[in-house]
Amino acid sequence: MIKKICSQIYITLIFIFLYAPIVTLIIFSFNQGKGGQWRGFSLEWYRELFASEMIMDALWNTLIIAVVSAIIATIIGTISCIGLNSLRGKAKSIYLSLNNIPMLNSELVTGLSLMLVFIAFGIGFGYPTILIAHITFCIPYVILSVMPRMKQTDRSTYEAAVDLGATPIYAFFKVVFPELVPGILSGFLLSFTMSLDDFIITYFTRGPGINTLSTLIYSEVRKGIKPSMNALSTIMFVSVLILLVVSNRKKKDGME
Amino acid sequence: MREPLIDLKNITKSYDGQVILDDLSLSIHENEFVTLLGPSGCGKTTTLRIIGGFETPDMGQVMFHGQDITNMPPHKRNLNTVFQKYALFTHMNIAENIAFGLKIKGKSKAYIQDKIKYALKLVNLDGYEKRMPDSLSGGQQQRIAIARAIVNEPKVLLLDEPLGALDLKMRQDMQYELIRLKNELGITFIYVTHDQEEALTMSDTIVVMNQGYIQQMGTPEKIYNEPENAFVADFIGESNILDGTMIWDRLVEILGVRFDCVDTGFGTNRPVDVVIRPEDVILLDPERAQLKGIVTSVIFRGVHYEMSVEVGGFVWKVHSTTMFPEGTQVGIRVEPSNIQIMNKPESEDEEAVSRNGKK
Amino acid sequence: MAKNRKLLAAPYLIWMIAFTVIPLLMIVYYGMTNRDGAFTWDNVMAMARPEHLGALLLSLKLSISCTVVCLLLSYPLAMILRGRGINQSSFIVFLFILPMWMNFLLRTYAWLNLLDDGGILYTICENLGIPTISLIGTNTAIILGMVYNFLPFMVLPLYNALMKIDQNVINAAKDLGANQVQVFFRIILPLSFPGIVSGVTMVFVPSLTTFVVSDLLGARKIMLIGNIIEQEFSTADNWYLGSGLSLVLMIFILVSMAVLNHYDKNGEGTSF
Repeated sequence: MIKKICSQIYITLIFIFLYAPIVTLIIFSFNQGKGGQWRGFSLEWYRELFASEMIMDALWNTLIIAVVSAIIATIIGTISCIGLNSLRGKAKSIYLSLNNIPMLNSELVTGLSLMLVFIAFGIGFGYPTILIAHITFCIPYVILSVMPRMKQTDRSTYEAAVDLGATPIYAFFKVVFPELVPGILSGFLLSFTMSLDDFIITYFTRGPGINTLSTLIYSEVRKGIKPSMNALSTIMFVSVLILLVVSNRKKKDGME
Repeated sequence: MREPLIDLKNITKSYDGQVILDDLSLSIHENEFVTLLGPSGCGKTTTLRIIGGFETPDMGQVMFHGQDITNMPPHKRNLNTVFQKYALFTHMNIAENIAFGLKIKGKSKAYIQDKIKYALKLVNLDGYEKRMPDSLSGGQQQRIAIARAIVNEPKVLLLDEPLGALDLKMRQDMQYELIRLKNELGITFIYVTHDQEEALTMSDTIVVMNQGYIQQMGTPEKIYNEPENAFVADFIGESNILDGTMIWDRLVEILGVRFDCVDTGFGTNRPVDVVIRPEDVILLDPERAQLKGIVTSVIFRGVHYEMSVEVGGFVWKVHSTTMFPEGTQVGIRVEPSNIQIMNKPESEDEEAVSRNGKK
Repeated sequence: MAKNRKLLAAPYLIWMIAFTVIPLLMIVYYGMTNRDGAFTWDNVMAMARPEHLGALLLSLKLSISCTVVCLLLSYPLAMILRGRGINQSSFIVFLFILPMWMNFLLRTYAWLNLLDDGGILYTICENLGIPTISLIGTNTAIILGMVYNFLPFMVLPLYNALMKIDQNVINAAKDLGANQVQVFFRIILPLSFPGIVSGVTMVFVPSLTTFVVSDLLGARKIMLIGNIIEQEFSTADNWYLGSGLSLVLMIFILVSMAVLNHYDKNGEGTSF
């Protein structure tokens, strides 16, 4: 009984640690004026946020980059998984270790090294460099989510389809692919969120004048507290919350 | 009668309002091989876990050598468990696994070494000290799990479906191994299984359980030959269970024909269940038989033929070494001593406890 | 057929060579040459200069503190989650990773908002008339920010490792005479070791190399090795020195990757 109470208190304390900063951020996004003093309810920071073309541009950039890089990463990753599945032994393990590098390496080093390579190859910094960088760190997550599915798919179902007269390509899309879909989907979502959240790698691979939300926030908040960023945080937190709750509901409905 | 080693007194246990064990009492004696046998969900594993100390009963007492151990934590009990799927410590090698309990008790290094050697020899795995559990086959892991338990010299070894994960051949080998071990160690084994063949092969005493009740308790022979109710008859081996009417002592009517039998004390003109084992059904020329029927299927089983014979809407299971082709008219005869009469249960989960289980 | 299939793995192989392998080689190249393209150890040895060495040692100190704090906070939490029903614990895990979905910079900014001079804690202290605490620009603030950002990376692998332990293995240990403490130290802790290793790596590497947390919560007073490297690239324009320092930093990353790989391969962890 005492154990139960202690564990409840512990969990509560951890949650206070996790949510206190966010909650204060949200509260003060409705504050009048700057600073830690509550001066009354106001929406001025939200007005400022939506009025800022820079922020809206950055938001737009972030979404486009996340969508495009997630789509490309998902396609390349899935195709590679199919090929990878027929590799054996050393070749496969080398391939997988290479694949692991971007996940295990420090983002700082990944960002710097990509920057150096873009300069060396003479690729001008801009959308393409950000996209290449994002795709590079997203593919490993796609492979990570598709590979286990690939292993689970029964080889014999594919062989049965071919045995029943299906061409290999038809058999693949009719029999194997449907089983991969959940893995591909989670790979896509993972890529999308990794891309949305990335700052360090984007910071080193973006061109002048292109901002994603992360780089913009960085340049804004380096100078100190910016209440319009509180407003942005509130909006992001609420939309993430809604998104996750809805997708969890869907998952549960799907299971029942 | 000797004083029992373990005495379960009126144990009741339920989870989420569902009763698993209902007022269960059971006595187990020293040096006995007791098997708790029943379908899944019958409460056999819960009973074992209560003895092992992993569950506390809602009501009732667990006595060990006359001492109440109901609320004693598992690590203080002088008995050891061999778990389903072995539960070996995968981060330790075989020697460390076996030494675990002894190290905790603070035994000397030399003593532990001796014990490891002895235990590995006992389970026929000498030289495996340095191997890791993952590198062993299922049967070998099982034997290590047993070795790990017995080095602690428990008074009682609890085994929870230990052979469930093994293939058929391995299972049969392990059955003999377990009998040998029990004889060599001279300790009490309490064994849980849903496999009637295992139970019949190894046990001194079988406790047949269903829906939280003990259905029957007795020697394998007694359980097999004289099942006390339809559930036991059906669960142990194959049987034909027919509706019958007890005309008077030693005479029963089945399918409109009167058969001599040896049972008494069921009253007169009372509906009863009649159990006849397939191997006790004698097929012969229809002229000389008590019942006539038609063979509807024949399957060759190696030692015998398994045949279905339809008599007036009831399909008899028959095991016989002589084969009658499908479609043949055959007669059925049963020796009086092979007819087993049982009271009809008053409800689905009626309790039927054997009071003469122990010789 | 099988041969055709293998070819499908080729495009990404080329991609990896172009954007993973060659970039790393570039760092090695720049790190070991000077502006004239001649081979030199100077950039690597520059780590021994007091201002760089100090930053490295401070980075190590802060990232190790952060890792230890994360481990000490997460282990009890993961143990509690293990003891709960699956429904309840997955809800708690959900609440736990929810903040992670908010932008990394905004999460760090949230602490700036709390701790800054003139921020919320400051104002609260002022209003209560107690001496104001100014954490911004201190090591504590940076460790707080790191722990806040990287804590989930510790909890999740620990939680997974602990959930994998079969209850019967724990029961077996109890059955063989082990009490609660012995069960923990001889069974649970060693069996969760792979989870500990992967959690430690996942927290240690980003906290060792971060420059964002120190930038936002360090008030320009605290220079970590990440900040120095970042500045060599973005403001000082000395890629050679930056690469050389990165190479030294990569040694730490490689060591932790090797440790992680070792335990990942064995899956369950064989020694402790």
